[in-house]
Amino acid sequence: MIEMKNSKPVLGVETSCDETGVALLRWDPEKPGRGLLSHALFSQIALHAEYGGVVPELASRDHVRKLLPLVREALKDAGMTPADLGGVAYTAGPGLVGALLVGASAARAMAWALGVPAIGVHHMEGHLLAPLLEDDPPEPPFVALLVSGGHSMLVEVKAIGEYRILGDTLDDAAGEAFDKTAKLMGLPYPGGPALAKLAEEGTPGRFRFSRPMVDRPGLDFSFSGLKTQVLLAWQGSDKTDQTRADIARGFEEAIVDTLAIKCRRALEATGAKRLVIAGGVGANKRLREQLAQAAGADGFRVYFPRLAFCTDNGAMIALAGAIRLAAGQHQDETIQVYPRWSLETLPPAA
Amino acid sequence: MNFLAIETSTEACSVALVHGDEVIERSEIAPRRHAELVLPMADGLLAEAGLKREALQGIAVGRGPGAFTGVRLGVSLAQGMAMALDVPVVTVSSLQALALEAPDDDAAILSVIDARMGEIYVAAWRREDDGSIRLIDRERVDTAATLMLPEASAWHVVGTGWATYEAILRDRIRAPIRSADGARYPQARHVAEVAARCFRDGEAVAPELALPVYLRDKVALTLVEQGRA
Repeated sequence: MIEMKNSKPVLGVETSCDETGVALLRWDPEKPGRGLLSHALFSQIALHAEYGGVVPELASRDHVRKLLPLVREALKDAGMTPADLGGVAYTAGPGLVGALLVGASAARAMAWALGVPAIGVHHMEGHLLAPLLEDDPPEPPFVALLVSGGHSMLVEVKAIGEYRILGDTLDDAAGEAFDKTAKLMGLPYPGGPALAKLAEEGTPGRFRFSRPMVDRPGLDFSFSGLKTQVLLAWQGSDKTDQTRADIARGFEEAIVDTLAIKCRRALEATGAKRLVIAGGVGANKRLREQLAQAAGADGFRVYFPRLAFCTDNGAMIALAGAIRLAAGQHQDETIQVYPRWSLETLPPAA
Repeated sequence: MNFLAIETSTEACSVALVHGDEVIERSEIAPRRHAELVLPMADGLLAEAGLKREALQGIAVGRGPGAFTGVRLGVSLAQGMAMALDVPVVTVSSLQALALEAPDDDAAILSVIDARMGEIYVAAWRREDDGSIRLIDRERVDTAATLMLPEASAWHVVGTGWATYEAILRDRIRAPIRSADGARYPQARHVAEVAARCFRDGEAVAPELALPVYLRDKVALTLVEQGRA
């Protein structure tokens, strides 16, 4: 059996969707963020823009071109060579199967050649552990809200590796709702961040949309109906720039309110005192502000990763991988990826 | 020189190890199981030869064309291994490796892989006196019905394209077909055979420059092409 030498860094590789991310992290149980030696990222947003969405085959093709140059860059920034690595972690799922396979194969082959252990990491575990890379990291138990273009879920984290899904989206993910809504008001792909920016100039209260699923028990989300409300409002409007901004404002408030209400309910239901926000939508300014306010009022603490680690990145994969490698977990030499994979099936990390 | 060769671009999954003058190989027809098989196959070969991974001085890989996922699997594995070992990579056409499955004589060779969607990956080759083969037209994605071939007095045809399009290909090949086998796939020992010359001639590249060749490059319509922009 191959043991990871704790003093040696772990290479993290993320290729589950449209971002190629790489990082080097030396496992430091006291303060994981201190062990982050370097990270590098390439976003494919521009590549997919002319297609109006992520084209899986093109995503896979680009990962093959970008991954090794990024690994070289991360090694160089850390002043290291591959021979210095103590382990390799890669995203094994969930995600686009072809894209996952690129990172998994290259990473697994590196580990094989170096004779160091490799571990396939759950992408969402990476996201929910990302706040551990900050100063003053949250200690389990906590509740995590994972909101991105592909996911909207509330997870109870009893310990690292012990997850219970409290609520999930029944249709669109929160980030997906942002992107689709932006598109129907004529903003270019990916419109979500642009929509949020536009909302800052919008008049509060001019448009009010419903807060889906808050009037019933349970912690699931549903955002597709909001889209239709926005479409009707937009079609029946004067379609000026100000109206677009006002609608964006009303839409963002509806999403953020809904997320905040469910977060508070999740904390209440579990008795947790800590809330972790992760995923691309976690970069949303209004969501951050509103949850920080709620935390003050309700007496819980809220933890956000830095903006660069809200979206997909290699650092969170290096971290989740390092934790599991330190616990003696690793993969054999068959390369496996899991396009669909529930967080609840993961083994405890200790 | 010791090097490993990987070929995963079609239904066949194979790995070959060249050590000194010897070539040993593992090969299996195993659709959708390539990702689990390659590294254990490589370990088996190294153990058989009594070599350590660090003794590898290069990696060779069939860089396509073929199934997109399979091509990328092979190339990604080769990239990862070579970067970790700090050795160079030789990429070899999977159509060329396939052509080496044909009998060794003076007939021209047509290597043809079923590319699905009614198309074929195809190229024509000729044996040289030293046993190597030379491209006599170009690698392309085409349809069997529109295939244009160079002049030759006789042909060998190899690859799954023959199994799918035999009748149409017979019509397009206007010279005697000396042999035809639709159950042949590119194999790692032939990738190794081509790569050995490339390593010797200094044609190996840094691992990040070892990239797939898909031939079929139009895989989606832009918004403009969809008429939506």
